[in-house]
Amino acid sequence: MARESTTGPAAARLRGVLSGWRALVVPALLVLAWHAAISAGMSRLIPSPAEVARYMVDFAVGGIWDDAFSATLHVHLLASMGRVYGGFALAALAAVPLGLLIGRNDAVRALLDPFLQMMRPIPVTAWLPLSMILFGLGPRSAFFLVFLGAFYPILLNTVFGVRSVDRRLFEAASMLGCTGSAQFFRVVLPAALPSIFTGLRLGLGLAWFVIVVGEMTGVPQGLGAVIMDGRTLSRTELVICGMIVIGIAGYLSDRCVVAAMNRLLRWSPSHIA
Amino acid sequence: MDEIPILELRGVDKTFALNGARIDALRGATLAVRKGEFVCLIGASGCGKSTLLRIVAGFEQPSAGEALMWSKPISGPAPDRGMVFQDYGLFPWLTVRQNIAFGPSSRGVQRDRIAATVDRFVEMVGLARFADAHPHQLSGGMKQRVAIARVLANDADVVLMDEPFGALDAMTRERLQDDLLAIWRSTGLTVIFVTHSIEEAILLADRVVVMEPGPGRIASEHAIALPRPRDVASPEFNAVRRELGALLHSHHARKAS
Repeated sequence: MARESTTGPAAARLRGVLSGWRALVVPALLVLAWHAAISAGMSRLIPSPAEVARYMVDFAVGGIWDDAFSATLHVHLLASMGRVYGGFALAALAAVPLGLLIGRNDAVRALLDPFLQMMRPIPVTAWLPLSMILFGLGPRSAFFLVFLGAFYPILLNTVFGVRSVDRRLFEAASMLGCTGSAQFFRVVLPAALPSIFTGLRLGLGLAWFVIVVGEMTGVPQGLGAVIMDGRTLSRTELVICGMIVIGIAGYLSDRCVVAAMNRLLRWSPSHIA
Repeated sequence: MDEIPILELRGVDKTFALNGARIDALRGATLAVRKGEFVCLIGASGCGKSTLLRIVAGFEQPSAGEALMWSKPISGPAPDRGMVFQDYGLFPWLTVRQNIAFGPSSRGVQRDRIAATVDRFVEMVGLARFADAHPHQLSGGMKQRVAIARVLANDADVVLMDEPFGALDAMTRERLQDDLLAIWRSTGLTVIFVTHSIEEAILLADRVVVMEPGPGRIASEHAIALPRPRDVASPEFNAVRRELGALLHSHHARKAS
Protein backbone atom coordinates (compact mmCIF):
# COMPACT_ATOMS: atom_id res chain seq x y z
CA MET A 1 0.00 0.00 0.00
CA ALA A 2 2.80 2.37 0.92
CA ARG A 3 4.58 1.68 -2.35
CA GLU A 4 1.54 2.54 -4.41
CA SER A 5 1.04 5.85 -2.68
CA THR A 6 4.60 6.91 -3.51
CA THR A 7 4.41 6.06 -7.22
CA GLY A 8 0.75 6.85 -7.91
CA PRO A 9 -1.89 5.14 -10.04
CA ALA A 10 -0.64 6.69 -13.31
CA ALA A 11 2.78 5.12 -12.84
CA ALA A 12 1.14 1.82 -11.97
CA ARG A 13 -0.90 1.93 -15.17
CA LEU A 14 2.22 2.72 -17.23
CA ARG A 15 3.98 -0.24 -15.65
CA GLY A 16 0.95 -2.39 -16.52
CA VAL A 17 1.12 -1.37 -20.19
CA LEU A 18 4.87 -1.90 -20.33
CA SER A 19 4.63 -5.37 -18.86
CA GLY A 20 1.68 -6.13 -21.16
CA TRP A 21 3.98 -6.40 -24.21
CA ARG A 22 5.14 -9.79 -22.96
CA ALA A 23 1.69 -11.21 -23.73
CA LEU A 24 2.35 -10.48 -27.42
CA VAL A 25 5.69 -12.29 -27.69
CA VAL A 26 4.36 -15.78 -28.33
CA PRO A 27 1.65 -14.76 -30.86
CA ALA A 28 4.22 -12.63 -32.74
CA LEU A 29 6.71 -15.52 -32.89
CA LEU A 30 3.95 -17.84 -34.09
CA VAL A 31 2.97 -15.45 -36.90
CA LEU A 32 6.65 -15.13 -37.89
CA ALA A 33 7.06 -18.91 -37.99
CA TRP A 34 3.84 -19.22 -39.97
CA HIS A 35 5.04 -16.58 -42.46
CA ALA A 36 8.45 -18.25 -42.80
CA ALA A 37 6.88 -21.68 -43.37
CA ILE A 38 4.57 -20.40 -46.12
CA SER A 39 7.39 -18.40 -47.77
CA ALA A 40 9.48 -21.57 -47.82
CA GLY A 41 6.67 -23.25 -49.73
CA MET A 42 5.80 -25.80 -47.08
CA SER A 43 2.08 -25.73 -47.90
CA ARG A 44 -0.02 -24.45 -50.78
CA LEU A 45 -3.28 -24.99 -48.94
CA ILE A 46 -2.64 -22.58 -46.08
CA PRO A 47 -2.62 -18.83 -46.84
CA SER A 48 0.12 -16.56 -45.52
CA PRO A 49 -0.46 -14.26 -42.53
CA ALA A 50 -0.57 -11.25 -44.85
CA GLU A 51 -3.31 -12.84 -46.97
CA VAL A 52 -5.32 -13.68 -43.86
CA ALA A 53 -4.87 -10.13 -42.59
CA ARG A 54 -6.10 -8.71 -45.90
CA TYR A 55 -9.03 -11.06 -45.80
CA MET A 56 -9.80 -10.16 -42.22
CA VAL A 57 -10.05 -6.48 -43.22
CA ASP A 58 -12.41 -7.42 -46.05
CA PHE A 59 -14.40 -9.67 -43.70
CA ALA A 60 -14.73 -6.81 -41.24
CA VAL A 61 -15.29 -3.73 -43.43
CA GLY A 62 -15.32 -4.96 -47.04
CA GLY A 63 -13.92 -3.10 -50.06
CA ILE A 64 -11.26 -5.66 -51.12
CA TRP A 65 -12.96 -8.75 -52.52
CA ASP A 66 -16.60 -7.79 -52.22
CA ASP A 67 -17.91 -11.33 -52.09
CA ALA A 68 -20.66 -12.93 -50.02
CA PHE A 69 -18.58 -12.65 -46.82
CA SER A 70 -17.31 -9.10 -47.19
CA ALA A 71 -18.23 -6.77 -44.35
CA THR A 72 -20.29 -9.49 -42.65
CA LEU A 73 -18.10 -10.02 -39.57
CA HIS A 74 -20.44 -8.10 -37.27
CA VAL A 75 -23.46 -10.11 -38.46
CA HIS A 76 -21.79 -13.43 -37.70
CA LEU A 77 -20.19 -12.20 -34.49
CA LEU A 78 -23.48 -10.86 -33.16
CA ALA A 79 -25.30 -14.06 -34.09
CA SER A 80 -22.72 -16.17 -32.27
CA MET A 81 -22.58 -13.82 -29.28
CA GLY A 82 -26.34 -14.03 -28.95
CA ARG A 83 -26.18 -17.81 -28.77
CA VAL A 84 -23.10 -17.92 -26.55
CA TYR A 85 -24.39 -15.42 -24.00
CA GLY A 86 -27.97 -16.64 -24.23
CA GLY A 87 -27.00 -20.28 -23.73
CA PHE A 88 -24.50 -19.34 -21.04
CA ALA A 89 -27.00 -17.14 -19.16
CA LEU A 90 -29.61 -19.88 -19.27
CA ALA A 91 -27.03 -22.42 -18.06
CA ALA A 92 -25.98 -20.12 -15.20
CA LEU A 93 -29.61 -19.46 -14.29
CA ALA A 94 -30.28 -23.19 -14.09
CA ALA A 95 -26.96 -24.50 -12.77
CA VAL A 96 -26.26 -22.04 -9.91
CA PRO A 97 -29.57 -22.55 -8.03
CA LEU A 98 -29.51 -26.28 -8.73
CA GLY A 99 -25.91 -26.49 -7.52
CA LEU A 100 -26.74 -24.59 -4.35
CA LEU A 101 -29.62 -26.97 -3.74
CA ILE A 102 -27.59 -30.12 -4.41
CA GLY A 103 -24.77 -28.84 -2.22
CA ARG A 104 -27.04 -27.96 0.68
CA ASN A 105 -29.70 -30.67 0.62
CA ASP A 106 -28.78 -34.34 1.09
CA ALA A 107 -32.06 -35.64 -0.33
CA VAL A 108 -31.72 -33.62 -3.53
CA ARG A 109 -28.10 -34.72 -3.82
CA ALA A 110 -29.03 -38.39 -3.47
CA LEU A 111 -31.72 -37.91 -6.10
CA LEU A 112 -29.77 -35.94 -8.72
CA ASP A 113 -26.05 -36.35 -8.24
CA PRO A 114 -25.62 -39.88 -9.67
CA PHE A 115 -27.76 -39.00 -12.68
CA LEU A 116 -25.86 -35.79 -13.39
CA GLN A 117 -22.51 -37.51 -12.96
CA MET A 118 -23.61 -40.06 -15.56
CA MET A 119 -24.77 -37.40 -18.03
CA ARG A 120 -21.65 -35.30 -17.62
CA PRO A 121 -19.11 -37.42 -19.54
CA ILE A 122 -21.31 -37.45 -22.66
CA PRO A 123 -19.63 -34.97 -25.01
CA VAL A 124 -21.66 -32.15 -26.49
CA THR A 125 -20.87 -33.42 -30.00
CA ALA A 126 -22.65 -36.68 -29.16
CA TRP A 127 -25.78 -34.65 -28.45
CA LEU A 128 -25.70 -33.08 -31.93
CA PRO A 129 -27.96 -35.60 -33.75
CA LEU A 130 -30.50 -35.74 -30.93
CA SER A 131 -30.46 -31.98 -30.61
CA MET A 132 -31.23 -31.63 -34.32
CA ILE A 133 -34.20 -33.97 -33.95
CA LEU A 134 -35.46 -32.27 -30.79
CA PHE A 135 -34.87 -28.65 -31.75
CA GLY A 136 -34.64 -28.81 -35.53
CA LEU A 137 -31.99 -27.45 -37.84
CA GLY A 138 -31.17 -23.94 -36.77
CA PRO A 139 -30.35 -21.57 -33.98
CA ARG A 140 -32.39 -23.36 -31.30
CA SER A 141 -30.17 -26.40 -31.61
CA ALA A 142 -27.03 -24.26 -31.30
CA PHE A 143 -28.52 -22.55 -28.28
CA PHE A 144 -29.25 -25.90 -26.64
CA LEU A 145 -25.74 -27.25 -27.24
CA VAL A 146 -24.12 -24.12 -25.80
CA PHE A 147 -26.40 -24.42 -22.79
CA LEU A 148 -25.35 -28.04 -22.32
CA GLY A 149 -21.66 -27.23 -22.64
CA ALA A 150 -21.76 -24.44 -20.07
CA PHE A 151 -24.13 -26.19 -17.66
CA TYR A 152 -21.91 -28.85 -16.06
CA PRO A 153 -18.85 -26.79 -15.12
CA ILE A 154 -21.10 -24.18 -13.48
CA LEU A 155 -23.13 -26.84 -11.67
CA LEU A 156 -20.18 -28.89 -10.43
CA ASN A 157 -18.21 -25.89 -9.21
CA THR A 158 -21.24 -24.49 -7.41
CA VAL A 159 -21.82 -27.83 -5.67
CA PHE A 160 -18.14 -28.00 -4.77
CA GLY A 161 -18.20 -24.45 -3.40
CA VAL A 162 -21.19 -25.14 -1.18
CA ARG A 163 -19.79 -28.46 0.02
CA SER A 164 -16.41 -27.03 0.95
CA VAL A 165 -17.55 -24.14 3.15
CA ASP A 166 -15.42 -24.25 6.29
CA ARG A 167 -17.47 -25.82 9.13
CA ARG A 168 -15.99 -23.23 11.47
CA LEU A 169 -17.93 -20.48 9.67
CA PHE A 170 -21.23 -22.21 10.41
CA GLU A 171 -20.22 -22.48 14.08
CA ALA A 172 -19.21 -18.82 14.13
CA ALA A 173 -22.49 -17.77 12.51
CA SER A 174 -24.64 -19.85 14.85
CA MET A 175 -22.96 -18.63 18.03
CA LEU A 176 -23.53 -15.08 16.77
CA GLY A 177 -27.24 -15.78 16.39
CA CYS A 178 -27.43 -16.55 12.66
CA THR A 179 -29.01 -19.99 12.41
CA GLY A 180 -30.94 -22.20 10.00
CA SER A 181 -31.96 -20.80 6.64
CA ALA A 182 -30.49 -17.36 7.43
CA GLN A 183 -27.06 -18.98 7.10
CA PHE A 184 -27.78 -19.64 3.44
CA PHE A 185 -27.50 -15.99 2.39
CA ARG A 186 -25.08 -14.83 5.05
CA VAL A 187 -22.60 -17.73 4.97
CA VAL A 188 -23.13 -20.31 2.22
CA LEU A 189 -23.61 -17.96 -0.73
CA PRO A 190 -20.67 -15.62 -0.07
CA ALA A 191 -18.39 -18.50 0.90
CA ALA A 192 -19.25 -20.41 -2.28
CA LEU A 193 -18.89 -17.35 -4.53
CA PRO A 194 -15.24 -17.99 -5.52
CA SER A 195 -16.12 -21.49 -6.73
CA ILE A 196 -19.24 -20.24 -8.50
CA PHE A 197 -17.08 -17.73 -10.37
CA THR A 198 -14.60 -20.44 -11.33
CA GLY A 199 -17.57 -22.37 -12.74
CA LEU A 200 -18.85 -19.32 -14.64
CA ARG A 201 -15.43 -18.72 -16.17
CA LEU A 202 -15.11 -22.34 -17.27
CA GLY A 203 -18.71 -22.35 -18.49
CA LEU A 204 -18.31 -19.22 -20.61
CA GLY A 205 -15.08 -20.59 -22.07
CA LEU A 206 -16.86 -23.82 -22.98
CA ALA A 207 -19.75 -21.88 -24.49
CA TRP A 208 -17.36 -20.32 -27.01
CA PHE A 209 -15.78 -23.72 -27.47
CA VAL A 210 -19.08 -25.36 -28.28
CA ILE A 211 -20.45 -22.62 -30.56
CA VAL A 212 -18.72 -24.04 -33.65
CA VAL A 213 -20.31 -27.44 -33.08
CA GLY A 214 -23.62 -25.77 -32.32
CA GLU A 215 -23.53 -23.83 -35.55
CA MET A 216 -22.80 -26.97 -37.57
CA THR A 217 -26.51 -27.62 -37.35
CA GLY A 218 -27.17 -25.57 -40.47
CA VAL A 219 -27.61 -22.03 -39.24
CA PRO A 220 -27.01 -19.37 -41.92
CA GLN A 221 -25.14 -16.96 -39.65
CA GLY A 222 -22.56 -17.26 -36.92
CA LEU A 223 -18.81 -17.73 -36.66
CA GLY A 224 -19.23 -21.50 -36.57
CA ALA A 225 -21.28 -21.30 -39.76
CA VAL A 226 -18.54 -19.19 -41.38
CA ILE A 227 -15.95 -21.82 -40.49
CA MET A 228 -18.15 -24.61 -41.84
CA ASP A 229 -18.74 -22.63 -45.07
CA GLY A 230 -15.05 -21.90 -45.35
CA ARG A 231 -14.35 -25.61 -45.11
CA THR A 232 -16.87 -26.63 -47.77
CA LEU A 233 -15.70 -23.85 -50.10
CA SER A 234 -12.04 -24.68 -49.43
CA ARG A 235 -11.46 -21.11 -48.33
CA THR A 236 -8.96 -21.67 -45.59
CA GLU A 237 -8.41 -17.93 -45.01
CA LEU A 238 -12.07 -17.68 -44.05
CA VAL A 239 -11.66 -20.57 -41.60
CA ILE A 240 -8.63 -18.91 -40.00
CA CYS A 241 -10.44 -15.55 -39.75
CA GLY A 242 -13.32 -17.28 -37.94
CA MET A 243 -10.89 -18.96 -35.58
CA ILE A 244 -9.15 -15.70 -34.74
CA VAL A 245 -12.43 -13.87 -34.11
CA ILE A 246 -13.65 -16.65 -31.80
CA GLY A 247 -10.36 -16.57 -29.90
CA ILE A 248 -10.48 -12.80 -29.41
CA ALA A 249 -14.18 -12.72 -28.53
CA GLY A 250 -13.73 -15.56 -26.03
CA TYR A 251 -10.74 -13.81 -24.50
CA LEU A 252 -12.59 -10.50 -24.16
CA SER A 253 -15.65 -12.07 -22.55
CA ASP A 254 -13.39 -13.91 -20.11
CA ARG A 255 -11.80 -10.58 -19.18
CA CYS A 256 -15.29 -9.24 -18.40
CA VAL A 257 -15.96 -12.14 -16.02
CA VAL A 258 -12.53 -11.66 -14.46
CA ALA A 259 -13.21 -7.95 -13.96
CA ALA A 260 -16.49 -8.74 -12.21
CA MET A 261 -14.71 -11.40 -10.16
CA ASN A 262 -11.94 -9.02 -9.09
CA ARG A 263 -14.55 -6.57 -7.87
CA LEU A 264 -16.68 -9.09 -5.99
CA LEU A 265 -13.86 -11.22 -4.60
CA ARG A 266 -11.52 -8.48 -3.40
CA TRP A 267 -11.56 -10.25 -0.03
CA SER A 268 -10.00 -13.41 -1.45
CA PRO A 269 -6.42 -12.70 -2.57
CA SER A 270 -6.15 -16.07 -4.33
CA HIS A 271 -8.96 -15.12 -6.71
CA ILE A 272 -7.59 -11.85 -8.02
CA ALA A 273 -6.54 -12.50 -11.62
CA MET B 1 -21.55 -19.35 48.10
CA ASP B 2 -25.30 -19.58 47.60
CA GLU B 3 -25.61 -17.46 44.47
CA ILE B 4 -26.79 -19.19 41.30
CA PRO B 5 -23.87 -19.98 38.99
CA ILE B 6 -24.10 -18.53 35.46
CA LEU B 7 -22.82 -21.81 34.06
CA GLU B 8 -23.01 -25.26 35.52
CA LEU B 9 -21.99 -28.73 34.36
CA ARG B 10 -23.38 -31.69 36.29
CA GLY B 11 -21.79 -35.07 35.66
CA VAL B 12 -21.26 -34.42 31.96
CA ASP B 13 -20.04 -37.34 29.83
CA LYS B 14 -19.17 -37.07 26.17
CA THR B 15 -18.38 -40.09 24.04
CA PHE B 16 -17.53 -40.09 20.34
CA ALA B 17 -17.48 -42.98 17.92
CA LEU B 18 -14.25 -43.00 15.94
CA ASN B 19 -13.79 -45.76 13.35
CA GLY B 20 -16.08 -48.00 15.36
CA ALA B 21 -14.16 -47.41 18.60
CA ARG B 22 -15.74 -45.51 21.50
CA ILE B 23 -13.74 -42.53 22.68
CA ASP B 24 -14.41 -41.12 26.15
CA ALA B 25 -13.71 -37.45 25.49
CA LEU B 26 -15.13 -36.34 28.81
CA ARG B 27 -16.31 -38.25 31.86
CA GLY B 28 -18.20 -36.96 34.88
CA ALA B 29 -17.32 -33.30 34.43
CA THR B 30 -18.85 -31.16 37.18
CA LEU B 31 -18.13 -27.45 37.28
CA ALA B 32 -19.85 -24.27 38.38
CA VAL B 33 -18.81 -20.82 37.12
CA ARG B 34 -19.87 -17.60 38.85
CA LYS B 35 -20.91 -14.52 36.91
CA GLY B 36 -17.89 -12.35 36.20
CA GLU B 37 -15.41 -15.12 36.93
CA PHE B 38 -12.35 -15.80 34.76
CA VAL B 39 -11.79 -19.56 34.62
CA CYS B 40 -8.90 -21.23 32.79
CA LEU B 41 -9.05 -24.87 31.70
CA ILE B 42 -5.64 -26.44 31.40
CA GLY B 43 -4.37 -29.91 30.60
CA ALA B 44 -2.55 -32.07 28.07
CA SER B 45 -4.11 -32.71 24.67
CA GLY B 46 -6.93 -35.24 24.86
CA CYS B 47 -7.99 -34.15 28.34
CA GLY B 48 -11.36 -32.95 27.03
CA LYS B 49 -10.87 -29.23 27.66
CA SER B 50 -11.97 -28.25 24.16
CA THR B 51 -14.87 -30.72 24.32
CA LEU B 52 -16.02 -29.16 27.58
CA LEU B 53 -15.89 -25.71 25.98
CA ARG B 54 -17.79 -26.89 22.91
CA ILE B 55 -20.51 -28.36 25.12
CA VAL B 56 -20.90 -25.05 26.94
CA ALA B 57 -20.99 -23.29 23.54
CA GLY B 58 -23.76 -25.67 22.47
CA PHE B 59 -21.83 -27.10 19.49
CA GLU B 60 -21.90 -30.54 21.15
CA GLN B 61 -24.57 -32.16 23.29
CA PRO B 62 -23.57 -34.09 26.43
CA SER B 63 -23.90 -37.90 26.11
CA ALA B 64 -24.96 -37.90 29.77
CA GLY B 65 -25.35 -35.30 32.50
CA GLU B 66 -26.47 -31.70 32.21
CA ALA B 67 -25.00 -28.44 30.91
CA LEU B 68 -26.90 -25.42 32.28
CA MET B 69 -26.83 -21.67 31.82
CA TRP B 70 -28.70 -19.76 34.52
CA SER B 71 -30.10 -23.19 35.54
CA LYS B 72 -31.62 -23.78 32.08
CA PRO B 73 -30.33 -26.59 29.82
CA ILE B 74 -28.06 -25.45 26.99
CA SER B 75 -29.73 -26.64 23.80
CA GLY B 76 -27.48 -25.11 21.15
CA PRO B 77 -25.25 -22.19 20.25
CA ALA B 78 -26.66 -18.76 21.13
CA PRO B 79 -25.41 -15.16 21.30
CA ASP B 80 -25.24 -15.16 25.12
CA ARG B 81 -22.25 -17.51 24.84
CA GLY B 82 -19.71 -16.12 22.36
CA MET B 83 -16.85 -18.26 21.14
CA VAL B 84 -13.36 -17.16 20.17
CA PHE B 85 -11.68 -19.85 18.09
CA GLN B 86 -7.95 -20.48 17.82
CA ASP B 87 -8.26 -20.25 14.02
CA TYR B 88 -10.33 -17.03 14.29
CA GLY B 89 -13.37 -18.16 12.27
CA LEU B 90 -13.79 -14.70 10.75
CA PHE B 91 -15.89 -14.25 7.62
CA PRO B 92 -13.24 -13.54 4.97
CA TRP B 93 -15.64 -11.67 2.66
CA LEU B 94 -16.57 -9.13 5.34
CA THR B 95 -14.49 -6.19 6.53
CA VAL B 96 -13.46 -5.81 10.17
CA ARG B 97 -16.47 -3.55 10.71
CA GLN B 98 -18.87 -5.96 8.98
CA ASN B 99 -17.50 -8.94 10.89
CA ILE B 100 -18.15 -7.14 14.17
CA ALA B 101 -21.64 -6.13 12.97
CA PHE B 102 -22.51 -9.69 11.93
CA GLY B 103 -24.09 -10.72 15.25
CA PRO B 104 -26.19 -7.59 15.88
CA SER B 105 -27.43 -7.49 12.28
CA SER B 106 -28.36 -11.20 12.43
CA ARG B 107 -30.50 -10.40 15.43
CA GLY B 108 -32.21 -7.52 13.66
CA VAL B 109 -30.72 -4.69 15.72
CA GLN B 110 -31.39 -1.23 14.21
CA ARG B 111 -28.78 0.04 11.77
CA ASP B 112 -27.75 3.18 13.65
CA ARG B 113 -27.43 1.26 16.89
CA ILE B 114 -25.26 -1.33 15.14
CA ALA B 115 -23.01 1.41 13.78
CA ALA B 116 -22.56 2.92 17.25
CA THR B 117 -21.85 -0.50 18.82
CA VAL B 118 -19.36 -1.43 16.12
CA ASP B 119 -17.52 1.89 16.49
CA ARG B 120 -17.26 1.36 20.23
CA PHE B 121 -15.77 -2.13 19.95
CA VAL B 122 -13.51 -1.36 16.99
CA GLU B 123 -12.08 1.34 19.25
CA MET B 124 -11.94 -0.95 22.31
CA VAL B 125 -9.79 -3.56 20.56
CA GLY B 126 -7.64 -0.86 18.91
CA LEU B 127 -8.51 -1.53 15.27
CA ALA B 128 -9.97 1.85 14.26
CA ARG B 129 -7.34 2.25 11.50
CA PHE B 130 -8.20 -1.17 10.05
CA ALA B 131 -11.99 -0.97 10.30
CA ASP B 132 -12.45 -1.35 6.54
CA ALA B 133 -9.75 -3.96 5.96
CA HIS B 134 -10.55 -7.57 5.11
CA PRO B 135 -9.28 -10.41 7.32
CA HIS B 136 -6.60 -11.50 4.83
CA GLN B 137 -4.96 -8.10 5.26
CA LEU B 138 -4.63 -8.50 9.04
CA SER B 139 -2.01 -10.16 11.23
CA GLY B 140 -2.97 -13.08 13.48
CA GLY B 141 -3.15 -10.86 16.54
CA MET B 142 -5.40 -8.36 14.77
CA LYS B 143 -7.69 -11.15 13.54
CA GLN B 144 -8.08 -12.39 17.10
CA ARG B 145 -8.94 -8.85 18.23
CA VAL B 146 -11.72 -8.81 15.63
CA ALA B 147 -12.95 -12.19 16.88
CA ILE B 148 -13.08 -10.86 20.45
CA ALA B 149 -14.79 -7.61 19.41
CA ARG B 150 -17.35 -9.53 17.37
CA VAL B 151 -18.40 -11.52 20.44
CA LEU B 152 -18.46 -8.45 22.72
CA ALA B 153 -20.49 -6.43 20.21
CA ASN B 154 -23.10 -9.18 20.28
CA ASP B 155 -23.76 -8.67 24.03
CA ALA B 156 -22.33 -12.04 25.05
CA ASP B 157 -22.46 -12.70 28.80
CA VAL B 158 -19.97 -15.52 28.60
CA VAL B 159 -16.91 -15.55 26.35
CA LEU B 160 -15.54 -19.00 25.54
CA MET B 161 -11.97 -18.93 24.32
CA ASP B 162 -10.37 -22.04 22.81
CA GLU B 163 -6.59 -21.51 22.94
CA PRO B 164 -7.16 -18.10 21.35
CA PHE B 165 -3.55 -16.93 21.58
CA GLY B 166 -1.96 -20.32 20.83
CA ALA B 167 -0.98 -19.42 17.27
CA LEU B 168 0.47 -15.98 18.09
CA ASP B 169 4.05 -14.93 18.75
CA ALA B 170 5.07 -14.20 22.35
CA MET B 171 4.99 -10.38 22.11
CA THR B 172 1.57 -10.28 20.47
CA ARG B 173 0.28 -12.82 22.98
CA GLU B 174 1.38 -10.70 25.94
CA ARG B 175 -0.30 -7.58 24.57
CA LEU B 176 -3.52 -9.47 23.87
CA GLN B 177 -3.49 -11.00 27.36
CA ASP B 178 -3.18 -7.52 28.89
CA ASP B 179 -5.91 -6.12 26.66
CA LEU B 180 -8.20 -9.06 27.38
CA LEU B 181 -7.79 -8.52 31.13
CA ALA B 182 -8.54 -4.82 30.74
CA ILE B 183 -11.69 -5.58 28.74
CA TRP B 184 -12.75 -8.26 31.22
CA ARG B 185 -12.34 -5.85 34.14
CA SER B 186 -14.25 -3.05 32.43
CA THR B 187 -17.14 -5.19 31.18
CA GLY B 188 -17.78 -7.73 33.94
CA LEU B 189 -17.77 -10.60 31.46
CA THR B 190 -17.55 -14.23 32.43
CA VAL B 191 -14.66 -15.92 30.65
CA ILE B 192 -13.81 -19.59 30.17
CA PHE B 193 -10.39 -19.78 28.62
CA VAL B 194 -8.75 -22.98 27.39
CA THR B 195 -4.98 -23.01 27.25
CA HIS B 196 -2.08 -25.42 27.49
CA SER B 197 0.22 -22.78 28.98
CA ILE B 198 0.48 -22.90 32.79
CA GLU B 199 1.84 -19.37 32.83
CA GLU B 200 -1.03 -18.01 30.76
CA ALA B 201 -3.56 -19.72 33.03
CA ILE B 202 -2.03 -18.27 36.21
CA LEU B 203 -1.66 -14.82 34.67
CA LEU B 204 -5.31 -14.61 33.63
CA ALA B 205 -7.50 -16.75 35.84
CA ASP B 206 -9.42 -16.35 39.08
CA ARG B 207 -9.54 -20.12 39.08
CA VAL B 208 -7.56 -22.74 37.19
CA VAL B 209 -9.26 -26.05 36.41
CA VAL B 210 -6.74 -28.81 35.78
CA MET B 211 -7.91 -31.59 33.48
CA GLU B 212 -6.32 -34.90 32.62
CA PRO B 213 -6.70 -37.33 29.73
CA GLY B 214 -7.72 -40.96 29.29
CA PRO B 215 -10.71 -40.51 29.81
CA GLY B 216 -10.87 -36.70 29.80
CA ARG B 217 -11.92 -35.40 33.20
CA ILE B 218 -11.53 -32.59 35.71
CA ALA B 219 -8.69 -33.48 38.07
CA SER B 220 -8.53 -30.49 40.41
CA GLU B 221 -9.39 -26.81 40.81
CA HIS B 222 -7.14 -24.05 42.09
CA ALA B 223 -8.19 -20.55 43.10
CA ILE B 224 -5.46 -18.08 42.12
CA ALA B 225 -5.28 -15.54 44.93
CA LEU B 226 -2.42 -13.45 43.50
CA PRO B 227 -3.25 -9.73 43.34
CA ARG B 228 -3.65 -8.13 39.90
CA PRO B 229 -1.84 -6.94 37.88
CA ARG B 230 0.21 -10.10 38.19
CA ASP B 231 3.94 -10.15 37.76
CA VAL B 232 5.09 -13.32 36.01
CA ALA B 233 8.60 -12.81 37.43
CA SER B 234 7.55 -12.60 41.09
CA PRO B 235 8.40 -15.40 43.55
CA GLU B 236 4.70 -15.84 44.42
CA PHE B 237 3.82 -16.34 40.76
CA ASN B 238 6.63 -18.87 40.40
CA ALA B 239 5.48 -20.78 43.46
CA VAL B 240 2.01 -21.25 41.93
CA ARG B 241 3.56 -22.15 38.60
CA ARG B 242 5.75 -24.84 40.24
CA GLU B 243 2.80 -26.26 42.14
CA LEU B 244 0.56 -26.53 39.07
CA GLY B 245 3.45 -27.74 36.93
CA ALA B 246 4.17 -30.58 39.33
CA LEU B 247 0.50 -31.51 39.32
CA LEU B 248 0.28 -31.63 35.53
CA HIS B 249 3.46 -33.68 35.29
CA SER B 250 2.27 -36.17 37.88
CA HIS B 251 -0.92 -36.67 35.83
CA HIS B 252 1.26 -37.30 32.83
CA ALA B 253 3.47 -39.74 34.71
CA ARG B 254 0.44 -41.64 36.01
CA LYS B 255 -0.98 -41.91 32.55
CA ALA B 256 2.31 -43.15 31.11
CA SER B 257 2.78 -45.83 33.78
